[in-house]
Amino acid sequence: MRATTGYTEYHPRWLRRRKSTYWWLERVSYLAFILRELSSVFVAWTVAFLLLLVHAVSQGDSAYQYFLSWSTSEPVLLLNLTSLLFVVFHAVTWFRLAPQAMVVHVGGRRLPGAWIAASNYLAWALTTALVAWLLLGD
Amino acid sequence: MAKRSFEPLLWLLFSAGGVLAALLGPILLLLFGVLFPLGWLSPPSHEHLLAVLRHPLARVFLFAFCALLLVHGAHRFRYTLYDGLQIKHLNEFVNLLCYGGAIVGSAVAAYLLWRVP
Repeated sequence: MRATTGYTEYHPRWLRRRKSTYWWLERVSYLAFILRELSSVFVAWTVAFLLLLVHAVSQGDSAYQYFLSWSTSEPVLLLNLTSLLFVVFHAVTWFRLAPQAMVVHVGGRRLPGAWIAASNYLAWALTTALVAWLLLGD
Repeated sequence: MAKRSFEPLLWLLFSAGGVLAALLGPILLLLFGVLFPLGWLSPPSHEHLLAVLRHPLARVFLFAFCALLLVHGAHRFRYTLYDGLQIKHLNEFVNLLCYGGAIVGSAVAAYLLWRVP
């Protein structure tokens, strides 16, 4: 026997039925889980889109104007709308889980989950306002 | 001695990226992806954006933002393939693709932010 844990070849075959590849279509909660996981793709696209913007701004005003008109084209607009929905879904599920992930004690007592959730949503509102102010406060 | 696992570090970076994506992702996509293209709000001038990008703090922050979001996405996508499609026999390839992609993406981000005039 090998002493290490983890994957071993020729592992005894357990009496276990194989799950369908489409197991996540069986229930709404499973589907929500896999959609939340798929938000990772759109988070990556957000970074790519932002870097294209940074690149355009570095290149000069005409490149920036080109970027702005490119972002009005239907495929890009559609992709960004979809990404927005997924990233908002990520944000809501993330903040909803926060009370379970963060255990904060104040004065020897555990802070109620609602407080932690509220502080997360407050931070969301504040950073959103800050970014809007930074970008729109021309 | 047992090999030290990278997993805790990856989960830490995953969390950091998740928080940043949740806090800032929606507003950035809403503005540049939807409201400006639809003409519901007028986009900032090139001059203004360049001034924002020129600030070293903005660039350092944007680099951290990009890198952490990419690691977050890579980590989560790795588990999407693992749990969702049950691709368990290609672990090494999937890991290389996900984390390698995040590292390359971070390097590109560093380069682009460095080059801001």
